[in-house]
Amino acid sequence: MTDQLITADLVDLDLPSTSRQAAVTALAERLAKAGRVTDLAQFLADIEAREQQMATGLEGGIGIPHCRSAAVTVPSLAFGRSATGVDFGAEDGPATLVFMIAAPEGGNTDHMTVLAALARRLVRKAFKQELHDATDAAAVADYIQKEVGA
Amino acid sequence: MKLLAVTACPTGIAHTYMAAEALEVAAEEAGHEIVVETQGSAGSTPFTPEQLAEADAIILAADVEVRDKDRFAHLPTVTSGVKKAISGADQLVEQAVAAATAAPADRSAEPVLAVKQSGPGAASKVRGWLMTGVSYVIPFVAAGGLLIALGFALGGYQITEAPKVTEGFDWTSHLSWAALLFQLGALAFGLLVPVLSGFIAYAIADRPALVPGFVGGLVAVQTSAGFLGGLVSGLLAGGLIFWMKKWKAPRAIAGIMPVLVLPLIGTAIVGGIMFVVVGQPLAAATAGLTNWLNGLSGSNAILLGALLGLMMAFDMGGPVNKAAYAFAVAGLSTQSQTALLIMAAVMAAGMTPPLALALATTVRKKLFSEVERENGRAAWLLGASFITEGAIPFAAGDPLRVIPSIMAGSAVTGALSMAFGSTLRAPHGGIFVIPLIGNPFGYLVAIVAGTLVSAALVIALKSVGQKQKAAAETVPAPRSAATV
Repeated sequence: MTDQLITADLVDLDLPSTSRQAAVTALAERLAKAGRVTDLAQFLADIEAREQQMATGLEGGIGIPHCRSAAVTVPSLAFGRSATGVDFGAEDGPATLVFMIAAPEGGNTDHMTVLAALARRLVRKAFKQELHDATDAAAVADYIQKEVGA
Repeated sequence: MKLLAVTACPTGIAHTYMAAEALEVAAEEAGHEIVVETQGSAGSTPFTPEQLAEADAIILAADVEVRDKDRFAHLPTVTSGVKKAISGADQLVEQAVAAATAAPADRSAEPVLAVKQSGPGAASKVRGWLMTGVSYVIPFVAAGGLLIALGFALGGYQITEAPKVTEGFDWTSHLSWAALLFQLGALAFGLLVPVLSGFIAYAIADRPALVPGFVGGLVAVQTSAGFLGGLVSGLLAGGLIFWMKKWKAPRAIAGIMPVLVLPLIGTAIVGGIMFVVVGQPLAAATAGLTNWLNGLSGSNAILLGALLGLMMAFDMGGPVNKAAYAFAVAGLSTQSQTALLIMAAVMAAGMTPPLALALATTVRKKLFSEVERENGRAAWLLGASFITEGAIPFAAGDPLRVIPSIMAGSAVTGALSMAFGSTLRAPHGGIFVIPLIGNPFGYLVAIVAGTLVSAALVIALKSVGQKQKAAAETVPAPRSAATV
């Protein structure tokens, strides 16, 4: 069950969009609720620390807040979609698709390959389009899970 | 075209792979082949020697230091941040193609295959670690050694006795300037063993191993354990930290493991071992060696010359070398003929190792890595200046082949110097004290002979090793590049 990278309850198709912090916190809370993050405060601090190094926004409306954190138990993805967009510091404007990638500290290589596969999908147009068009959380989770092949 | 790319980002879980994907797609669309080495947390598969040899250009898309950049020295290179590779991969591919067209890859200069072309197995892993340490040490040897040589050239051999620059520096005195150069060089040399040890440890277990590696190396300096002591402390520190990293740390301290706990415990253990287990017996052994040498004074002069030669080359600045050197210098105060003969033999034997390796890198380039060849150039002058340490990078990278070779050559030189009856009144100076040498022609013959012997042996031993390596499967051991 926790072998899944993402499940329906980690998908938020109506992401709070008032600020980056609000969006990140909403996704992080989902991870915490699912038991994948043990210490919400620490996890958020680790996410923020990574964000401070360099903004994680990417051209094409994508934000990928991510970190390796001792507060993470299994490699996980929380996905959020925002109609108005949330600013993740990309040059071409706010992000409508937000992928929160949570990796355990010192996670082993097998775990990390799943995240590597996910990261590779993020640059594919078809993958992004599918997520733009999706209407239901379970379908999104299924689709991502199938794409990363885990 | 055949392109290579390396991608790396600070966390090693997202951008590294996105950039890799984007580059692969862009290259394919433009009709080029590309292989991407992702230096991220999912481990990385290094390029094969064939890929490195056949590539036309390389793209380095990274926000952190790219590992083992030396491999790409022969390739036209395009560098960028990792984000740029995600959004502008097609431009980077274009630039790489343009760079390859403008300045084709230098195929005559074999890439650093000699180093990286390592078969699986423990021996090649150890060699990889040692070579990492060596690659960081070489600039210290070159810069420090050349400063010292300049100091000698400008100030004569007594420059070693000059007062500290901090105790008075005369802007108009060339001796002050010589002392400045010499003392700077000596400082750089002082870092040689710690840097070697530190970066061997770093190669094995990354950043947390740096502190125990460096401090262990410093202890090796303090206890006069020399560069062999540094090899021990580096491997020890790396191995220990590598093992400790597997501990399941309680969540509360997991975050401070790599920055505090591992360096703290690792340094205490490695430093303790280096002082107590390695240092004390070593001090006793050095004292024993010195006594033994003093007892040999009356024996056959040529045999004594050969023996001192063996000792000078064995550890280049380590305890055995120091024992032989101190034995010679101590004799100088007596001014007896024997003492002058011994001093000459010891200096000659100390000059041949760097000269031999400089020669070997010149006549058989392919047996050496690019960095080793660079070091070879400096080694000519280092050897000529009696800075035996110039050979350390070669010996540290491949001790089992290099050390016996240079010992043999130095033994020949030591014995010949004795046989020719060359004498020396100065304790140091290399070619700069040739005017002080009795029978300088015989002296030079002795040095040349030993240099040829060592160079031939190194080349022979390395050639055998290369063939074996080529016969074995040449799959580099996969390494986990934790670019966290």
